[in-house]
Amino acid sequence: MTNIPETGRSPRVQIRLIVIQVLVLSLLGTLGGRLWYLQIREGDQYAKEASGNHVQQVVQPAVRGSILDARGVPLADNETRLVVSASRTELMKMKDDGKAVLTKLAKVLGMTPKEVMEKVRLCDAKTPQPCWNGSPYQPIPITDEATPKQALQIRERAEDFPGITAEPQAVRRYPAPGKANTAQVLGYLSPVTDEEIKEAQDTDSPYLRSDMVGRSGLERQYDKQLRGKAGVTRYEVDNLGRVLGKAQSDPAEPGANLVTSIDARVQRVAEYQLDWAMKEARKVHDRNTGTNYKADSGAVVVMEAKTGRIVAMASNPAYDPNVWVGGISSKDYAKLTGKKSNYPLLNRAIQGQSAPGSVFKVIPTAAAIRAGYSFEGPYNCSSSYSIGGQVFKNFESQNHGPISLGRALEVSCDTVFYRLSHEEWKRDGGNKPKKNPNDWFYKTAHDFGLGEKTGIDLPNEVSGRVPDRQWKKDYWKANKDAWCKTGKKNGSYAERIAYENCLEGNRLRAGDSVNYSIGQGDTLVTPIQMATIYAALSNGGTLYDPTIGKAVISPDGRTVTEIKPKAHGKLPVSKKTLKAIDGALEGVATRGTAAWRFGGWPQDKIPMHAKTGTAEVYGKQTTSWFTTYTEDYAVVMTISQGGTGSGASGPAVRNIYNALYGVTEDGKIDKKKALLPEPQKSLPKVKADGTIKSPKIPKDPAKTAQPSPDASADPPADDQGDPADQQGATVPSPEAGNRDTRRRRRRGGGRPRRAARRPRTTATRRAVT
Amino acid sequence: MTGGVNSFQVSGYGPKRSGWTRLLARDSLVRRLDWPILLSALVLSLLGSLLVYSATRNRTELNQGDPYYFLVRHLLNTGIGVALMIGALWLGHRALRTAVPVLYGASVFLILLVLTPLGSTINGAHSWIKLPGGFSLQPSEFVKLTIILGMAMLLATRVDAGDRQYPDHRTVLQALGLAVVPMIIVMLMPDLGTVMVMAVIVLGVLLASGASNRWVFGLISAGAVGAVTVWQLGILDDYQINRFAAFANPELDPAGVGYNTNQARIAIGSGGLTGAGLFNGHQTTGQFVPEQQTDFVFTVAGEELGFVGGGLILLLLGIILWRACRIARDTPDLYSTIVAAGIVAWFAFQTFENIGMTLGIMPVTGLPLPFVSYGGTSMFAVWMAVGLLQSIRLQRPLSA
Repeated sequence: MTNIPETGRSPRVQIRLIVIQVLVLSLLGTLGGRLWYLQIREGDQYAKEASGNHVQQVVQPAVRGSILDARGVPLADNETRLVVSASRTELMKMKDDGKAVLTKLAKVLGMTPKEVMEKVRLCDAKTPQPCWNGSPYQPIPITDEATPKQALQIRERAEDFPGITAEPQAVRRYPAPGKANTAQVLGYLSPVTDEEIKEAQDTDSPYLRSDMVGRSGLERQYDKQLRGKAGVTRYEVDNLGRVLGKAQSDPAEPGANLVTSIDARVQRVAEYQLDWAMKEARKVHDRNTGTNYKADSGAVVVMEAKTGRIVAMASNPAYDPNVWVGGISSKDYAKLTGKKSNYPLLNRAIQGQSAPGSVFKVIPTAAAIRAGYSFEGPYNCSSSYSIGGQVFKNFESQNHGPISLGRALEVSCDTVFYRLSHEEWKRDGGNKPKKNPNDWFYKTAHDFGLGEKTGIDLPNEVSGRVPDRQWKKDYWKANKDAWCKTGKKNGSYAERIAYENCLEGNRLRAGDSVNYSIGQGDTLVTPIQMATIYAALSNGGTLYDPTIGKAVISPDGRTVTEIKPKAHGKLPVSKKTLKAIDGALEGVATRGTAAWRFGGWPQDKIPMHAKTGTAEVYGKQTTSWFTTYTEDYAVVMTISQGGTGSGASGPAVRNIYNALYGVTEDGKIDKKKALLPEPQKSLPKVKADGTIKSPKIPKDPAKTAQPSPDASADPPADDQGDPADQQGATVPSPEAGNRDTRRRRRRGGGRPRRAARRPRTTATRRAVT
Repeated sequence: MTGGVNSFQVSGYGPKRSGWTRLLARDSLVRRLDWPILLSALVLSLLGSLLVYSATRNRTELNQGDPYYFLVRHLLNTGIGVALMIGALWLGHRALRTAVPVLYGASVFLILLVLTPLGSTINGAHSWIKLPGGFSLQPSEFVKLTIILGMAMLLATRVDAGDRQYPDHRTVLQALGLAVVPMIIVMLMPDLGTVMVMAVIVLGVLLASGASNRWVFGLISAGAVGAVTVWQLGILDDYQINRFAAFANPELDPAGVGYNTNQARIAIGSGGLTGAGLFNGHQTTGQFVPEQQTDFVFTVAGEELGFVGGGLILLLLGIILWRACRIARDTPDLYSTIVAAGIVAWFAFQTFENIGMTLGIMPVTGLPLPFVSYGGTSMFAVWMAVGLLQSIRLQRPLSA
């Protein structure tokens, strides 16, 4: 064979043919190289992509566990509803982004097209509620209240409603048994966000796109237990989603049930009584402001004294937690969070902080004993106490003469505590403090658990504040620039205070120690902190972490994980002192400031202990505090701008006790009427099929507990007086609390607080209550 | 040129022998056939039938409920293709030369027919004629062949007659005119892929004809300038450009061509060295790759047979092209050279474009993989081309 054909073909053609051959081979070589690159070098990665391609997950949502009261009555459970949802991904594929479909849907559902479109738009910084803040890939519920007829209309004409589904779904329900709303304690759910999915990706409980997540209250605290595990079935599918085979299947595991220590009936009574007390307070004229009391918010806690378990916890204003179910409307959302809303989402029992006023006095009492003073005294309860020309007056300038600390608690004598606190302040070096001051009064507050969270099993508890030396320093550092800028020696009131603060705001002054001794000044506490302290006084000194969760019971009832009460400390007092304080607090209920509220109480059978407090808030009406305990329970109520401790909260608290123990109007005990004479010990039974045995509950347990006749009784003279000396209020945010009380304290450093503050009352007011 | 010499007669000289001896004699037709090409083409066609079957056995919307629908038809097409090859061999490429004007005219007439309402549209290209019995014809496949034959005839006549060493400008112009007419018609369908193949064929033919370098480079430059002009003047819509460029970046057209590219690459990439096994590929069973029995048939091989299977296809096509190049170089007359080189250009570019697009290195166009893709007309045309190559080889002097 020859490469030179006999035609004598020109070399040009011959060369070009070789060029063609080389080109052709290099093209094939390129293909071979690329093939090697894709299959051998990158093969693993593509294999992974391929498996993601042909596996589809079908998620069966887990049924969320119920939240039960102590006897098994569901406070939160699920019901089946017809849910109409829209798939955003489907809608966005349409030319008009699904507008036509949504308009048609609105007609069927009897909504306006605008409402429907707002429900399916995605939330972002510029989009106000309502909007969808869950994953855009998840079907978005438009309504969960579709009638069967509407659902049928949608399902029968599926071709007219592409991307729209109407299916029965388990939806959260807050049934409010016996009208016990329990809103803030229960919390609420909302769809999981993309960030949360990402964050939880590698944990042992990752979220699915369809998940609802607890956003507050118990729903959030116990979210992991309640949520269960969604079932995932992995199917191998083709490009059109047709199923070729089942790859893997994990069935859905329903969430566990949470048994709480809440008793729905007591909860209802507590809510009702708080609301009633606030309504009553609004009828009362406040001489200081010349208007009726506003009673804008309040809280009540009923705690098992021996365990720290919460039997009832109410916060007012409240709201209906069912508004969250199925997505909240803009109107409802504004009602809950708007400026005019007064923030009903806040659980003021753990998030409202205010100065405690006289209910604080058990702490300086214990502090004085620790500092070496005797309980018996006697101490002079004079009408006023002077420090370098400043006069701090007792309530209405009352003079009780020389008395013991116990009697000082009973009559809530301010001057006794002024003197003790001031003396200790001097002992610690006064204006030139020693290196290691004892600071008994502040240390004791810390030891009582103030300034720290109690550790209740609810999210976002606030810690309150003990205005000790360290806090003063920190606070001064944070604010001195602003103070020094605005402060003027001879300016307005606010400017003068700023000037004072700028100069010496970092120091604990004599006036500070005096104000602090009666729970005023910068002191802030929460109702749950006070409940914890008074429960400890009842149980022999143990400070329990308050708990609402009592047990987690698996859906089949087989596994029961009890949540045991945990203590976080002991009161720093001896048994003897404790007994003495206990006796004094009983005296408050029998012959002291709260006695007029417990007239006819079967004290011999159910020894009642109490302390009243009326705290002042700068620029606001006084906060009513009422802290009580028996052998079994501690009940603490507070009402912001509500008036005096015993006056505003007294009757309501007594009514709660009446309901608990079945005490009738004439002071007899009717065991049949008693809701919970002893704390509930046993746990409700969850049967293997998931049903729960629970007792029937009356329509409204509060109706059986009528307001006691004492409500209208005339208070004793000393309680009627203007309770101006205390301050504090359940305030919505710590910020606000700071501001209010800080001002007062500043002023207290100088003149007698009371007189300076309320020049029009010539009589000195005093702290008490 | 004498023309019309029957290849069988060429082989028939010498002492008469009989039976197997004659068949297997050194100078016999059987011995002189280019067996590597023949066998490679046959193996590719049979392999193709398996791949087509794998890709279509679950596609009920295509196979009308009969999983073997495409398998049977592919084998039938192969049979017809082989028959056409034998026919071409029987007639011989020289005999065909006299029929070139008729064949060319007929093929152009057919593609014009496609543009009339008789034609039908498949995948956006109006390039098919539906025939009774579920068959359809894609005449542009034949045009590739008749362009080669027609241009070869024009360019080679005077050179083979010994009048000139190279074709003159006028002849080149005539040849180009002959190619441009069907190219414009195909462009109107629009079938950009086929036009690209035709352009490469024209280039290959011109190269092999010995036409002046000015023509070769002139045409290349004209093509480049034309492409840039179209790009810059915005004659194409953005989406068309994106569609074209999506092979490099599937994001440009994720729902359209980008999807194909992506799925094809996943299918091939996941095959690894030995593949998932025939009929076991997830991408194939799950029908993630569109047009998998035709334009994207290579992905079946890539996924189910892996690098080994894909490499085998490349190897077989390489053998065909290598042998075809040899045939082009070894043949004595320019006409045969041009025909062989034109076929090389055709096969090579179509192979590169088809496999290249499944590998994501070439833009996606609707071109079949020779022998392997399902499609009757293409099968017929490539087998006819094989017949021509064999015929050209047979005319080679025995001494060679």
